[in-house]
Amino acid sequence: MAAILPADDAGNVDRSEPQPQSMKPQPPRRRVAPWADAVFAALSQGAAWLTLAMMVGIIGSLIVGAAPALKAFGLGFLTTAEWDPVQEKFGGLAMIYGTVATSFIALVIAVPVSFGIAVFLTELSPGWLKRPLGIAIELLAAVPSIVYGMWGLLVFGPILATFVQAPLQSLLSGVPVLGALVSGPPVGIGILSAGIILAIMIIPFIASVMRDVFEVTPPMLKESAYGLGATTWEVVSKVVLPYTKTGVVGGIMLGLGRALGETMAVTFVIGNMTQLRSLSVFEAASSITATLANEFAEAGEGLHQASLMYLGLVLFLITFVVLAISKILLLRLKRNEGARS
Amino acid sequence: MNFVQVSKSIAIVASLFGAQVALAQDVTGAGATFPAPIYAKWADAYNKATGVRINYQSVGSGAGIKQIKAKTVDFGASDMPLKDDELAKDGLMQFPAVIGGVVPVVNIKGIAPGQIKLTGAVLADIYMGKITKWNDPAVTALNPGVPLPDAVIAPIARADGSGTTFIFTNYLSKVSPEWKEKVGEGTTVKWMAGTAGKGNEGVANFVQRLQNSIGYVEYAYVKQNKMTYVQLKNKDGQWVTPSDDAFKAAAAGADWNKTFYQITTEQPGKASWPLTNPTYILMFKSQDKAAQASAVLKFFDWAYGNGDKLADDLDYVPLPAAVKDLVRKQWGEIKDTSGKVVSYK
Repeated sequence: MAAILPADDAGNVDRSEPQPQSMKPQPPRRRVAPWADAVFAALSQGAAWLTLAMMVGIIGSLIVGAAPALKAFGLGFLTTAEWDPVQEKFGGLAMIYGTVATSFIALVIAVPVSFGIAVFLTELSPGWLKRPLGIAIELLAAVPSIVYGMWGLLVFGPILATFVQAPLQSLLSGVPVLGALVSGPPVGIGILSAGIILAIMIIPFIASVMRDVFEVTPPMLKESAYGLGATTWEVVSKVVLPYTKTGVVGGIMLGLGRALGETMAVTFVIGNMTQLRSLSVFEAASSITATLANEFAEAGEGLHQASLMYLGLVLFLITFVVLAISKILLLRLKRNEGARS
Repeated sequence: MNFVQVSKSIAIVASLFGAQVALAQDVTGAGATFPAPIYAKWADAYNKATGVRINYQSVGSGAGIKQIKAKTVDFGASDMPLKDDELAKDGLMQFPAVIGGVVPVVNIKGIAPGQIKLTGAVLADIYMGKITKWNDPAVTALNPGVPLPDAVIAPIARADGSGTTFIFTNYLSKVSPEWKEKVGEGTTVKWMAGTAGKGNEGVANFVQRLQNSIGYVEYAYVKQNKMTYVQLKNKDGQWVTPSDDAFKAAAAGADWNKTFYQITTEQPGKASWPLTNPTYILMFKSQDKAAQASAVLKFFDWAYGNGDKLADDLDYVPLPAAVKDLVRKQWGEIKDTSGKVVSYK
């Protein structure tokens, strides 16, 4: 908020006449540099175009780099789980599954927790606790991802193996689908631990965005609802959330974007197995980014490198699809606005 | 007056620095991560002795080959030797720098280093997921009297492409036809079982943390972390434990006279450790920057002469003296644009 207000002021000054000041009557000021507006407009337009050009450039170079693999495997790349650098047979399904599954687990955990944090900080927390808690959450966002990775490998993995996986396996052994989902050696490394580490990493982002947008809900709206006898939950769900839905979805997308692109922490805890052996959340797997980080330096020119480029392109597309879905979601929500609930 | 004096002294200092820079050419190399510690140590000692700086980036063998082909570095380094025809195609030559050994390590409760014996075929079966328990008959038959647990084996592989994996899979391909057919050899392969860690330290960490696991790491990591290594059966049917002498014996068994393309895994010789391989330096035969090339050769000549002790300290194995002489002879192939041999002296 604080950052936005002065910018608004500046905009107003630019458009209107110099504002009258209370000190001395000043002679009417001449416009100092009439060309400044044009230059500024050109610069900002240039910045926007530059970003666009860079994005197109990146997509272009990815496509060029991936061309041999695109030619050799086509769209079948997306549905084949075979990744064999020796025979030069490549398919990205295992990595795509790893990326999507870890990000999905991360969101399932992070969204409710972040929502709870934001509601507590804006509606329920006593005043003295707000600042330290808020700062602590923002500090979590500043921890380098490799630290999360090492912590996940050395501390969290063994805990997960002993206290979650082993009991789950003995509980669900013999149950048809669920049993298969938790099978695998009790290592504490795999899709689930990567998902949980990712959740911890994206919670600060989602929570602080949610908190910020919850705070801008006009107090008048909330107080009217409270005045009508609404409970805190009713105020949050019927007033705050509808008012801030764009921001909330934006925050979740920001977190999802980070989860999809996270490399180092995932590489540490996912197990880096580029084969799709089972759908178990405890099975060592690999994500697109982890595979790129592991194999790019040693990949020989030719199909291996091209296939890694292809994987990068696929990640780009996944991010694009996710963004598109969030826009559609927002449009849907907008259409329902004003309807009786 | 004062100003003149100051500017004079600045000029003198500047010229001194200029002379210094002209004296010390910086040499750059890039490639394999496995020999990076010894190259760094050699470079440091060489810098102290001669003032020449050797800049080595450990970016991985594949990247090293790419960079030397693109001529962005003065020398490339690779754990995997290039085949002679590939070298000829690009006008490159390669020579071994130092020898390393790869060692399978395990973590089984109550098992001491060297207590477990494995053959290459059993190792291949474990990594293919065919032998899944430590008390499998195939394992117990090799280890009578050793208390092997009824526990699932957790095989650990290298996640990142690496020369270590190349040596390991090359060996398994030599001893197991099934491995050769289903998996093959390379810096990254299609692992059929287990989990993978990043880097030697990642694998070492997994093995140390996980009960009943097996992994493979560079010998230096075994020594530094006091890991439980296994005994292997070599080509002559002898049980050997990993040691400097066992690596040396394997390197001595290779026939270096015809070509430096030698993969010294599974070498004959009573004392040979089967998972041994040299790491290589790549250079162009025709050099447009002869002074740089000469600096590179001088560095390796110095390292061959004075670097053995440093290599021993870091648990690498120096090349046998005869091989060093062969390499020096081979350096005669490196010429500048006018066809004059680049000197290493």
